Amino acid sequence: MDIVMVVADAIRASIGPLGAAYALTAIGLNLHYGYTGLLNFGHVAFLMVGAYGTAITVEQGGPFWLGILVGVAAAILLGLLFGLPTLRLRVDYLAIVTIAGGEVLRTVIRSGGKDSLTHGVFGITRFATSFFDLNPFPDGEYGWGRLAFTERQLWVAVVAWMLVAIATLLLVLLVRSPWGRVLRAIREDEDAARSLGKNVFAFKLQSLVTGGVIAAFAGIIIAIERQSVNPDTYLPAGTFLAYTVLILGGTASRIGPVLGAVVYWFLFEFTDGFLRGAISAGWIPAGVLSETDVGPFRMMLVGLSLMLLMIFRPQGLLGKREEVLLDAR
Amino acid sequence: MPADVAVAAEALPGSHKPDAILVVSGMHRSFGGLVAVDVERLEVQRGAITALIGPNGAGKTTFFNLLTGFDRPDGGTSVFDGMPMTGLPPHRIARAGMVRTFQLTKALGKMSVLDNMKLAAGHQVGERLLAAPLRRTWLHQEREVEARAVELLEKFGLARLRDDYAATLSGGQRKLLEMARVLMAEPKMVLLDEPMAGVNPALVGSLLEHVRGLRDEGLTVLFVEHDMDVVMGISDWVVCMGEGAVIAEGPPGAVASDEAVIEAYLGTRHARGGDA
Repeated sequence: MDIVMVVADAIRASIGPLGAAYALTAIGLNLHYGYTGLLNFGHVAFLMVGAYGTAITVEQGGPFWLGILVGVAAAILLGLLFGLPTLRLRVDYLAIVTIAGGEVLRTVIRSGGKDSLTHGVFGITRFATSFFDLNPFPDGEYGWGRLAFTERQLWVAVVAWMLVAIATLLLVLLVRSPWGRVLRAIREDEDAARSLGKNVFAFKLQSLVTGGVIAAFAGIIIAIERQSVNPDTYLPAGTFLAYTVLILGGTASRIGPVLGAVVYWFLFEFTDGFLRGAISAGWIPAGVLSETDVGPFRMMLVGLSLMLLMIFRPQGLLGKREEVLLDAR
Repeated sequence: MPADVAVAAEALPGSHKPDAILVVSGMHRSFGGLVAVDVERLEVQRGAITALIGPNGAGKTTFFNLLTGFDRPDGGTSVFDGMPMTGLPPHRIARAGMVRTFQLTKALGKMSVLDNMKLAAGHQVGERLLAAPLRRTWLHQEREVEARAVELLEKFGLARLRDDYAATLSGGQRKLLEMARVLMAEPKMVLLDEPMAGVNPALVGSLLEHVRGLRDEGLTVLFVEHDMDVVMGISDWVVCMGEGAVIAEGPPGAVASDEAVIEAYLGTRHARGGDA
């Protein structure tokens, strides 16, 4: 087994476009769950409407920038759709509506025929060509030795990490402000915020929409990187992956989601490469674990590590331990 | 310490007050078959401390919830300082100047004491989503808010705890923080739901002083309390509820010997025996 190759692949995944896209996803979720206490279980739907908004607009002949605007507008609309009926109710209702709403939307997108707007299960491909036409990097390989990106990957990664930087900065500014102070108050006790004259409903809706727009950009990045959108990319498991990344990095911490995404992708890809290498090298007998089992097995490892994390380090890598302990009082 | 404010009104349920800040009429709320609140009329005198007493289950807290928008009445109106409040959501009522506290303190434990205070200030530019990222737009106001918060914390003896998480405060300190926080919202009237409940007896005196202090600054205070010593000690006027209705009101001394009040607390036979 070539351990250097395995490590290089893992690093490439963690600092590549996917690592950045998951960081964005977790940043949006951090605003919802970490700072406002909104239990959004349909987060992946924001990625989906962002990606589909862009893909459909471009495929229908619109320019790429318009596609992004449509994707963002779709995320705003989805936030209102999720929030308006449920944010007046208890937290649990938002969780139910978002998980169900996301699945309904995905099923609707999936159920169209080949000639429908969404192309059903076939999805939409090759809509980001004009994005790659803007690529300032000449053809070639960029990197060090085995850790290298193609010019296309590099271009997506650079744009994606720029978006991560902007989103992180925006979030830091927001949560430091009096607006962020109200969100933290809502997270702890809505009635206290209400009794002090805060329109809790409006703040929650603003949080849901803002975090949703950040997630829509993550969806657009993933769609660009793959040059395809497909309904089966947006299964509910995607939401829980985002929660794993967020909790790993540290809920309600400023760069926790970014670190969480990088570490998560590194470990995820590393285990994959390592297990496959170990099987083909004969270290693990095929009777115990075969190459086809590696995919499901590493998802089990993700679940196990999330459980261990909650037990031994509930604040994640960067969260404040005191805040978690205060809950126990 | 000015003398207690004399409320020039008749000691009769629903009596007219010379300068009422809050007027409640026909307020009714029932849960299924149980009538929780049925207040025909109640006027609360501006600038006075009014105590709301009554046995358990008399509807005091429900009445508070109805007044502050945390629950909706089945019928009736409440007019605060000339503005109709009926049916308004809690935050609108708070902004109108009627701010409440809760029986179980709602100090925001994971926020610092100072942040708890700053949160309560009204009309903050930085609370608008679009202004929030632009520090310049709200920094000046934030400094004013902070100065006011520190001033109040000093008054309430909490200044040295300003950077501690509110969850680390003792029960009495939390009550103090909640009272100070209410003042940050610059109310005209405060509604305190059992401000002395769960407080270390040594702190009760200090809390009472602060409640008097509110009145001395021109605020109207309406508070629910079980401890009769507290009620008799600081209220200018006492309203007694029983089974959802106002059964008696008047100056503290008069209410304490009111037959209807004794009856509500101790039952009919005791009241008759007391007459003898």
